[in-house]
Amino acid sequence: MTTTRPAIPLILSVLTLFVGTAGAEDAPAPKDNITSVRSENGRYYTADDVPTFNIAKDGTVDWMTYSGFRRYHSECHVCHGPEGEGSSYAPALKNSAINLDYYAFLEVVTNGRKRVNVAENSVMPAFGENANVMCYLDDIYTYLKARGSGALPRGRPAKKEAKSDAIRDAEKSCLGSN
Amino acid sequence: MKRLLTLLAFTTIGGSAQVALANSELQKHIDDPNQWAIQTGDYANLRYSKLDQINKDNVGKLQVAWTFSTGVLRGHEGAPLVVGDIMYVHTPFPNTVYALDLTKDGQILWKYEPKQDPTVIPVMCCDTVNRGVAYADNKIFLHQADTTVVALDAKTGKVIWSVKNGDPAKGETNTATVMPVKDKVLVGISGGEFGVRGSVTAYSMADGKLLWRGYSMGPDSDTLMDPEKTTHLGKPVGKDSGLTTWEGDQWRIGGGTTWGWYSYDPELNLMYYGSGNPSTWNPTQRPGDNRWSMTIWARDVDTGMAKWVYQMTPHDEWDYDGVNEMILTDQQIDGKDRKLLTHFDRNGFGYTMDRVTGELLVAEKFDPKVNWASEVVMDPKSDQYGRPQVVAQFSTEQNGEDTNSTGICPAALGSKDQQPAAYSPKTELFYVPTNHVCMDYEPFRVNYTAGQPYVGATLSMYPAADSHGGMGNFIAWDNKEGKIKWSLPEPFSVWSGALATAGDVVFYGTLEGYVKAVDAATGKELYRFKTPSGVIGNVMTYAHGGKQYVAVLSGVGGWAGIGLAAGLTNPNDGLGAVGGYAALSNYTALGGTLTVFKLPD
Repeated sequence: MTTTRPAIPLILSVLTLFVGTAGAEDAPAPKDNITSVRSENGRYYTADDVPTFNIAKDGTVDWMTYSGFRRYHSECHVCHGPEGEGSSYAPALKNSAINLDYYAFLEVVTNGRKRVNVAENSVMPAFGENANVMCYLDDIYTYLKARGSGALPRGRPAKKEAKSDAIRDAEKSCLGSN
Repeated sequence: MKRLLTLLAFTTIGGSAQVALANSELQKHIDDPNQWAIQTGDYANLRYSKLDQINKDNVGKLQVAWTFSTGVLRGHEGAPLVVGDIMYVHTPFPNTVYALDLTKDGQILWKYEPKQDPTVIPVMCCDTVNRGVAYADNKIFLHQADTTVVALDAKTGKVIWSVKNGDPAKGETNTATVMPVKDKVLVGISGGEFGVRGSVTAYSMADGKLLWRGYSMGPDSDTLMDPEKTTHLGKPVGKDSGLTTWEGDQWRIGGGTTWGWYSYDPELNLMYYGSGNPSTWNPTQRPGDNRWSMTIWARDVDTGMAKWVYQMTPHDEWDYDGVNEMILTDQQIDGKDRKLLTHFDRNGFGYTMDRVTGELLVAEKFDPKVNWASEVVMDPKSDQYGRPQVVAQFSTEQNGEDTNSTGICPAALGSKDQQPAAYSPKTELFYVPTNHVCMDYEPFRVNYTAGQPYVGATLSMYPAADSHGGMGNFIAWDNKEGKIKWSLPEPFSVWSGALATAGDVVFYGTLEGYVKAVDAATGKELYRFKTPSGVIGNVMTYAHGGKQYVAVLSGVGGWAGIGLAAGLTNPNDGLGAVGGYAALSNYTALGGTLTVFKLPD
């Protein structure tokens, strides 16, 4: 069983430094939104119980990250570009997954967002009723965070952890309820 | 006159008199090489101009005459029109239309900006492009993103009538132009990735009344097929052929959308177009041939009845939409005059057919890298006649759900997408903008929710391996031999429509933003100019005051703006390859501009 390990200490420290500088005194202490501190049935979580990725030294990714790669490229990439890189008309979600906290990210996917003005015609639809997205939201979020943190290169993850029974059951009940 | 029109709408005899009138009015503009009255230039979709003031000897001296900013940032497909002294320029969403006075340096005569609910934006697959307006009967026809078809007074921009063709809440949107024919306006629909069932609809040019609608699948009463008289490769299609090749009710969300360029043969009174991919992209979820997705259609424009069909890619497993244009030429084969239809499909095969009967004459690969099928069977006696022979290794159906099939050529965007080819009767060659991109494709199970994406596959795209490293080619094609005459490698997919002229020059645009002119015989580059943004629009030409002009919209976006903006990688190459396929964003940025060229005075 894999236990806690810092995902990518180097990038993390750079991030922390950056946030620390920009945040100044009035901002709350920057939280580590990336490092996995515990795992449960094939899912990984930060100290704040937010889903996160886990990539082993040999490049093996956790199932959620792998699944997120697949679901992202079915549901999201037509607007947001390959591998969360953004397109000529939609933002790079690999950055959004880092810049937004988990709950804000969920909120935008579920309810959508509009930026329509002279310069922009940008509309994110509400996916709240789309089982193909909502049942895989943690997968997609985890994948994009892995991309945005720099821990996961572009392309299909070569090695992955097995799909746990708990994840399989959760998927079934989520899709079945649709 | 108005009373007459109303009367004519209800009487067949009067109707045909008016038909002839309306038709000849537009035909007069189409036949005049000084003008460009419909997006395709003519009904045959030749994209050929008889103008020859700009020719292969002087095109190198071309210079910019004037420019016009559209004020919109998204992808600009289609082209401006010129009718008399007025140029009509359209934009992507919000689908603004400008009428510019060519006698006054392009002063804005009128501007039409529809009010559309912006929730349509994310329902459109692949950017909010629009492929332009059409002229007929002193009206400008615009088919908006939200599927509103509107007829504007060509002189004032005032709305004459408006009708809603679909429902964006169900994923029905529009990106295409319309084709005015006789007393009708023929329109299609987009939304293949949302489970929309495709259709072509004829509206009355005079008042927008719905005259007929033919669906891509469903019972004969929906597809407008006669089980005995409508043929597929010479044989009657049989009863309810658009139902029997589907499992259960899957046909109701079956795709087969109709967003390409249409063509029309006035002698045969037939319109030609292609239908798109079946929904979903996961082939295992929709057993059967999925007729009539991926099909070339010939319909009678008065009744909508299908005369013949040909399904190019039965039971699609790769998203090879069949919507690309049908180019109608009259050429000799073995000394005999033939009425031909030539079509460059997303699936990588260039088809030549007899457009009277629907007989298949040639089906050859127009990119040598195409590998998903070994050939199309040409023997009428074979039970495989007309069917592509799928290579098991690249069959996403045979490899199964949750299996990643790798190295499939072409990629889902096809060896060629909607960007229209041109034909020169002088060289008898077709000039084709192509993609040189391959893919990995992993299908998996998805649920259908109305108005939500219905895709069901993970795709990775990358430049064709063991080739020049670029993602496009601009080729010259012989449709009788089924052979490439010459091929110009391009670093990016060629996403711009071509133009051929009597001056023996062929024009096209590139994603970095170049407009290029090449020798029609040899492909030798004669001129290039870098416009303000990537070109996904189509090059057109017109003459005003005795001087020939060449015009093109630049403004990168569309399908090309998705993957190419960030650059494509071969997932099998790992990180090291990223530098090899530099991102388009290193070359160009957003912004819609019209650039008009001329020779020095």
